Amino acid sequence: MSLYFTREHEWVRVWGDSVTVGISDHAQAALGDIVFAEVPAAGKIFAKGDDAAVVESVKAASDVYAPIGGEVIEGNAAIESDPALINRDPEGEGWFFKMKQINAAELEGLMDEAAYRDWVKTL
Amino acid sequence: MGDMTDNQEVQSLPLDAWHRARGARMVPFAGYQMPVQYEGIIAEHLWTRENAGLFDVSHMGQLTVHGERADAALETLLPGELRMLKDCRLRYSMLLDEDGGIIDDLMATRRGEDFYVVVNGATKLGDIDEMERRLPRGTLIDHMKEQALLALQGPKAVEVLERLAPGVSELSFMQGGAFRIGGVPAWISRSGYTGEDGFEISVTSAAVTQVADALAADPVVKPIGLGARDSLRLEAGLPLYGHDIDRTTTPVMADLTFAINKRRRAEGGFAGALRILGELDNGVPQKRVGFDVEGRQPVREGALVLDGEGNEVGRITSGGFSPSLSRPIAMGYVNTSLSEPGTNVTLEQRGKLFVATVAAMPFVPHKYHRKGAAA
Repeated sequence: MSLYFTREHEWVRVWGDSVTVGISDHAQAALGDIVFAEVPAAGKIFAKGDDAAVVESVKAASDVYAPIGGEVIEGNAAIESDPALINRDPEGEGWFFKMKQINAAELEGLMDEAAYRDWVKTL
Repeated sequence: MGDMTDNQEVQSLPLDAWHRARGARMVPFAGYQMPVQYEGIIAEHLWTRENAGLFDVSHMGQLTVHGERADAALETLLPGELRMLKDCRLRYSMLLDEDGGIIDDLMATRRGEDFYVVVNGATKLGDIDEMERRLPRGTLIDHMKEQALLALQGPKAVEVLERLAPGVSELSFMQGGAFRIGGVPAWISRSGYTGEDGFEISVTSAAVTQVADALAADPVVKPIGLGARDSLRLEAGLPLYGHDIDRTTTPVMADLTFAINKRRRAEGGFAGALRILGELDNGVPQKRVGFDVEGRQPVREGALVLDGEGNEVGRITSGGFSPSLSRPIAMGYVNTSLSEPGTNVTLEQRGKLFVATVAAMPFVPHKYHRKGAAA
């Protein structure tokens, strides 16, 4: 199972030909207290870079982009009912959505975990 | 956004290192690096409502207005009652342009014949220019750049400060006086921007670290950032200059007519009086109100207010998530015909519609320390 990150601070965990997508620990810390999340419904089809989800902290609203293309299998209802879950466990239980039928070639443009963690330290 | 370069140098507050040592996230605001949060906005907000929060508001402008008849002079630009204001009492007021538009909002305290005036940080230099240009000759403005300003707010503020500055508990809301905190001279007012009981404390920049340390040594005191300051004032229904009020709004549009007393209404004699007295008599097309927003998503500054037919009838000027109420609230302007609390409206933000209701403000009741019935 491999983990990738985008420069917009989304993470992508690959399992078989499907992925789970969320925002990084760095992103949740930068946002601060998260008070609202909106996730896509199953069946929604995204191209890489599409607006896929919304996350809002006390301070600001942000879009979450589809890091690669694919079809949504499930949005995480748990973060809609408890948005602070994203602060508590951003790279685990606080995931945003899962996709199948992914465009796996697009993973190649993303950072691996070590590269992302190093890059974030420079921000 | 990369091309928005700002040539003006961002200055550091006297407590800059103090904030950073306490884990503050610093952001540029009003020309200063300021703490936006320490442990988190919601935790800091709720701490202030239940205990005591310490705010560094040293970016604000502290002025002394002096000269013969400073009260009458200030009354030419401010619509508030200053001539009859008792010694060491303060008033909320507004600096007005000749059309009655709000140049800034401020607090003015009578200190003998002089007035101690606290204005917003981002507008202070412009305010001084306006006052020097428009006040009668012989009225002098002293910008007290060497003064820092702290606010200690919340239900436990009084017990903390009374131990350090005996006598402050005798002050009533909107009263100030000269005290000492551990030997440091301090001008302390019972006032603030959170809706809670609390104090604003003016000390020299040279002494502010010592005073902040003394206050923060009490376990019921935590440092609070600008983020919670904004959510606290929004719940309290208090306008933020440059967002909820500006030169395009008047005190009547902004629903701040409590700051114009009976004598000033009868006599006029302040900048924009013709328009403002007319608005008091005849009403205004739009006024500032609160909104309860359905659902969980915050609706923020810039969202539109729509009537039942989808016509634009107003605009949101502040909005966000209320930590005390755990739901979104907002403030803005709406056509006066739709300004009664309980009126249903629609808000539009980034193409999405929200159900909202005009709400009475404050959203969270004020807990000011008033003595007796008279204000």
